[in-house]
Amino acid sequence: MATIADTLPQVAPTAKPRTHPLRRLLRRRFAAFGLAVIVLFVALALFAPLVAPYDPLATSWGAIRKPPDAEHWFGTDEIGRDVASRVIFGARASLLAGVVSVLISLSIGIPIGLLAGYAGGKVDMLISRLTDAVLACPFLILAIALAAFLGPSLTNAMIAIGISATPVFVRLTRGQTLAIKAEDFILAARAIGNPSWRIALRHVLPNVVPALIVQATLAIAAAVIAEASLSFLGLGQQPPAPSWGSMLNTAKNYIDNAPWMAIWPGLSIFLLVLSFNLVGDGLRDALDPRSV
Amino acid sequence: MFTFLVRRIATIIPTLVFVSLLIFALQQLLPGDPAVVLAGEDRDPNVVAYLHEKLHLDEPFPVRYYYWISGVLHGDLGESLRLQRPVLALILEKLPVTLELASFAIVIALVIGIPAGIISAVKRNTAWDYGANVIALWGLSTPNFWLGIMLILLFSVTLGWLPASGFVSPFENWRANVASLIMPAFVLGNAIAAVLMRHTRSAMLQVLSSDYVRTARAKGLPETGVVLKHALRNALIPVITLGALELGTLLSGAVLTEQVFTIPGFGKLIVDAVFNRDYAVVQGVVLFTATAYIALNLIADVAYVLVNPRIRVGDL
Repeated sequence: MATIADTLPQVAPTAKPRTHPLRRLLRRRFAAFGLAVIVLFVALALFAPLVAPYDPLATSWGAIRKPPDAEHWFGTDEIGRDVASRVIFGARASLLAGVVSVLISLSIGIPIGLLAGYAGGKVDMLISRLTDAVLACPFLILAIALAAFLGPSLTNAMIAIGISATPVFVRLTRGQTLAIKAEDFILAARAIGNPSWRIALRHVLPNVVPALIVQATLAIAAAVIAEASLSFLGLGQQPPAPSWGSMLNTAKNYIDNAPWMAIWPGLSIFLLVLSFNLVGDGLRDALDPRSV
Repeated sequence: MFTFLVRRIATIIPTLVFVSLLIFALQQLLPGDPAVVLAGEDRDPNVVAYLHEKLHLDEPFPVRYYYWISGVLHGDLGESLRLQRPVLALILEKLPVTLELASFAIVIALVIGIPAGIISAVKRNTAWDYGANVIALWGLSTPNFWLGIMLILLFSVTLGWLPASGFVSPFENWRANVASLIMPAFVLGNAIAAVLMRHTRSAMLQVLSSDYVRTARAKGLPETGVVLKHALRNALIPVITLGALELGTLLSGAVLTEQVFTIPGFGKLIVDAVFNRDYAVVQGVVLFTATAYIALNLIADVAYVLVNPRIRVGDL
């Protein structure tokens, strides 16, 4: 039997954008540049053993702190390791940390934010105060404290960064949920007897996703810097495994006679972070229906 | 105003309680018996037993929290195991150095960020605007410890103009003090300048298209007057509040900057504490920064109400 439910749309009837968001993103030159750089770094990280000219851990006492030349494009470090190979392998730690920490933030932040926004009342009060409390601790200082108590390792650094970045996603999801909850189509979905969890997951969540994608991209940029910072302080990737932050930590001590040790890892962090920021900004414009 | 203040302060109390709970709970993350970890590498059984007693480790979590928080409320943030000194005394000793660095950084951020924001809004879609945005993006994407290392390379190693590291007290030699803080303050201020520039730009763009600015122009006032007197005054209001949120960035940034330039401040205190496994100091510093952050945001909120006559306190 046909019910009124069959005639109601399942999700929000949004106006169809004239072009695909990805196409709109690529049309922005800066964002397209950012995306290209990210793809390049991902490729370097994935195929590091094939691309890197040397083993990133192989030391050579005959080639200590050699300036860049045809043999070692980026020079060698204090124990004769090839800086270029270490920068290439270092992309793995940075990308992994960026993506995994944001996934941790998302997987904690979205459910909690949805719950706060959808349930409201005391639950919302409690969650909001807790979020305020975490937000009151400066991001990096909280991450340092968490990493210190968990113990120094790349995994723990990712957990620490992920937890520290979570409140932003709770707030965003909660705010968006509150706005969407007031829309007519939610009322309609409730009127036909959908259970709350179904409305939250099938009707609210899909409408929060665009904002979350933008925030997640910018959060990856912040997480890459945070991982480099923790590694720089000795709380991330542990030596001898290569990571851009820990390479800079060592390079700092040789700045007067081997500056190339500091230039390339730092430039790589800068390029990767810049690219995620460019893509994030581009996505914000591309996904915003008002900017079409 | 009074009721607004009372209400605003009332909202921060639960936040502070949660912050303290959270920071106390960090201890639970330590693997195994906290007393053994806290006792350091020697693991002297006497020290372990003493810590068990002192930290009330045999009591349940709520009881331990109660002991800890009542100490905190009486100004007792615990004792540094490594330095054998009260945590609060250590924090207060290092704080002036970081405050001086942070103040310099804020001045640099304001001097760069606000004029850049005004110019890029006034000269929208020109090379100026484009240039300012590129610089802002650069400021947001450069890891500040790397920027610090590069500045040392340029100004200390290559040109020999500035000291590469260290800190000289202003009471000892103010010239050397300024010289030791120029680079770190620039490194710290640079990222905040970028954020301030973006906020100022969008606030100015909004204000410049408003009716009263059009009226001011129609009256024949010179453009500089319109921009600086009429528009900027209103545009700066949101910049104050949004700028206050950057204080967290400032404190986080100070940790790395002090590490790069070996400045004996607050940030160096927490990093050293992390490596000495001096957990009471780590907890103390985080608690202190979070409380300072909450207090500064409260001040920014009050300032917002004070400078903006359109907000009647009764509305809040």
